[in-house]
Amino acid sequence: MTENIPRLRLEHVSKAFPGVQAVNDVSLEVWGGEILALVGENGAGKSTLMNLINGVVPLDSGKIYLDGQPVTMDSPRRALELGITMIHQELALIPQLTVGQNIFLGREPRRWRFWIDWKRLYAQAQAELDRLGIDVPVQARVADLSIAQRQLVEIAKALSYNARLIALDEPTSALTERETETLFRLVRALRDQGVALIYISHRLEEVFELADRIAVMRDGQLVAVGPVQAFTPAEVVRLMVGRELTEFFPKVPTQRGEPVLRAINLRAGREVQGVSLELYRGEIVGLAGLVGAGRTNLARLLFGADRLEAGEIWMDGRRVEIRSPRDAIRLGIGLVPEDRKSQGLFLGQSVRFNAGAGLLERLSRLGFIDFRRINQTIKAIIERLRVRTPSLNQRVRNLSGGNQQKVVISRWLALNPKVLILDEPTRGVDVGAKAEIHALMSELAAQGMAILMISSELPEILGVSDRILVMREGRIVAEFSREEATQDLIMQAATGQLERRVAA
Amino acid sequence: MTQSQPAALPMDRRAFVQRFGLAFSFLLLMLALTLLSDRFLTAANLINILRQATINGIVSVGMTMVILTGGIDLSVGSVLALAVTVGASLMKQGQPVGVAVLAALGLGAFLGVINGLMITKVRIPPFIATLGMLTVARGLTLMYTQGQPITGLPATFRWIGTGVVAGIPVPILVTALVFLVGWLFLTRTRYGAYIYLLGDNPTAARLAGVPTERITVLVYAISGFCAALAGLILVARLDSAQPIIGQGYEFNAIAAVVVGGTSFAGGEGGLGGTLLGALLIETLNNGLNLLNVSPLWEQVVKGVVIALALLLYKAFSPPSR
Repeated sequence: MTENIPRLRLEHVSKAFPGVQAVNDVSLEVWGGEILALVGENGAGKSTLMNLINGVVPLDSGKIYLDGQPVTMDSPRRALELGITMIHQELALIPQLTVGQNIFLGREPRRWRFWIDWKRLYAQAQAELDRLGIDVPVQARVADLSIAQRQLVEIAKALSYNARLIALDEPTSALTERETETLFRLVRALRDQGVALIYISHRLEEVFELADRIAVMRDGQLVAVGPVQAFTPAEVVRLMVGRELTEFFPKVPTQRGEPVLRAINLRAGREVQGVSLELYRGEIVGLAGLVGAGRTNLARLLFGADRLEAGEIWMDGRRVEIRSPRDAIRLGIGLVPEDRKSQGLFLGQSVRFNAGAGLLERLSRLGFIDFRRINQTIKAIIERLRVRTPSLNQRVRNLSGGNQQKVVISRWLALNPKVLILDEPTRGVDVGAKAEIHALMSELAAQGMAILMISSELPEILGVSDRILVMREGRIVAEFSREEATQDLIMQAATGQLERRVAA
Repeated sequence: MTQSQPAALPMDRRAFVQRFGLAFSFLLLMLALTLLSDRFLTAANLINILRQATINGIVSVGMTMVILTGGIDLSVGSVLALAVTVGASLMKQGQPVGVAVLAALGLGAFLGVINGLMITKVRIPPFIATLGMLTVARGLTLMYTQGQPITGLPATFRWIGTGVVAGIPVPILVTALVFLVGWLFLTRTRYGAYIYLLGDNPTAARLAGVPTERITVLVYAISGFCAALAGLILVARLDSAQPIIGQGYEFNAIAAVVVGGTSFAGGEGGLGGTLLGALLIETLNNGLNLLNVSPLWEQVVKGVVIALALLLYKAFSPPSR
């Protein structure tokens, strides 16, 4: 510790939302020159705590001290002026503007008080990026950047405000390994310059690699805080979930049944260039590959969300035409999309209609909804998935990320499809919910469902799949059985150092 | 496991404002007008307000559904005009009243279907598509009528606008029926639920298997149908179908919907609010009339009230977590 007053001190901070005590009497200190990892299950209150620090939502009670001085955080703007910045899971840049415009948004250098001095703006933006060793063109539109580049730009923007406390919320969830390393280097450099950093992540390896101290939250309360050396990953998990998780990826061996879905030579644009695959009852197939390898595009083609340019899809030995998600659903195919907020959920609607969206067609008579049966069905499913919600009327917006993901999965469970495609089903989901989702997938496979899981996390792919396919540049380049697959082999295939004939 | 949560937590403020805020302002306005004018709180005047509110009320039912999907229908006034002038001229040509009425309603729905197809198939934004229909339908009306009003309609038809059943004017009964059917549709049927899902998140709706295009076409068809129905009542009451009938009606309908708490972003709101919104606007009109405020000022006051309503909802929007 380089200072004797903490950069930020929270004293008995609390916040309630309709139906939830999100943050409950939390006291915590963050020091300059340290990386504090904040971990906890989804819904444990981490994001709310960050929103309190950042002035996004007002405190119910408690005090916040900055450098020993009591402060009132009434807006993110105010927090920014005080040197506190938050880098969110959902990025806050304006895609239509350039990198430089984003960095200086709202405080552009002026000429004669009215005209924006573009030359100076870009020169200063370039200087900010150079200082951090970030290699992104200042005149590029943010929409054209990768997620990783956008995150770096956000950090540069934060630092241009002389940020003295930066909170990063799940910054690596969409990054490749190399991009993650770049980010880590930057985070460490900032710590060494005396910035206080709060790092929120579900990836415990990252936490143990990066953090100086760990704070664990559960059900809105701070349950443990201490130097990283004082914990083992298993202990942290136990503290987070409040129970022992024996295995991260509980795997039930399943019996492979008859083939259900067969795709032959599917093509669409540059993303999918001739993919053939077969899915069998009772089997979980893991689809690995780098971001941009075409995995999501393939999933969308199978589900009818995008238009097929060439190729055939067969279900149960019959050639089928899938022109829309409706066609796919009717044939018994389900898709849990990659981004639950923009593609999966109706945030303003009730749990009932979010989970029951697909059921409405089956459970209505002459167009009138059979509410009794819908309620019964949904209740049974959300209890089985352990969705935490005060009632079926709760708006999904008010649920935590993990619970939201479970609601999306409930929708498909209710329809009991023959084939279920899950695109990054546990991204941004805490360990407890993750284990539950994995256990559920095994259970569904055991009941005869064919499952295709896309994941960028190799341990997840290795732990859950019966068979693993690897995609690269729009093609399936390798196929492994559960027994023969290793992280190395998959990475080699994903990066093009290895090709194996695929028996389709 | 579904956890039951402690009960002593604050109620959703937005829900509270939407449920009671509007009703409260409505009562406040009634109270103020009762104090300001002794002619306000009389049975005759209240019935008068209701009757005045019927036309806009019916148009607003369709408009509510359109706005719930995240769209907008600017063409209601012109669709109304074309539908009723065609219906009226059929009657003048000696067609049975029933046939003419069905033709007008069918034409209104048909023009709505065209709006919907422009939006779903040609992918023109609702604002532009219905703005186009506003101009085209009005132009067709003017050509069709050659600028002449159609009057002298059969008495059986005029009963729709002037008749009284059990002491209640027919237009009020029809409006109540339209609201009831609309409310049942939105809250009890599958398609009603789809309207909310589509408005909340079109991408997710499509991926969840909601027939998004069919729903879009349907809401514009309903909007056109409602406009035509409102127009028939108006024409029956006035015994005259002017070619410029219905001009500016889109504004009143949108105002009623928005004051009623339905969000332009889609997926949020409903007909209960719209009913109150339509009544509030009409009561305001009536009050300003009774107080001898110049009709020019009426426009200004209405605009200010809508702006205030929007401000209120913004102030009470839920905090993000």
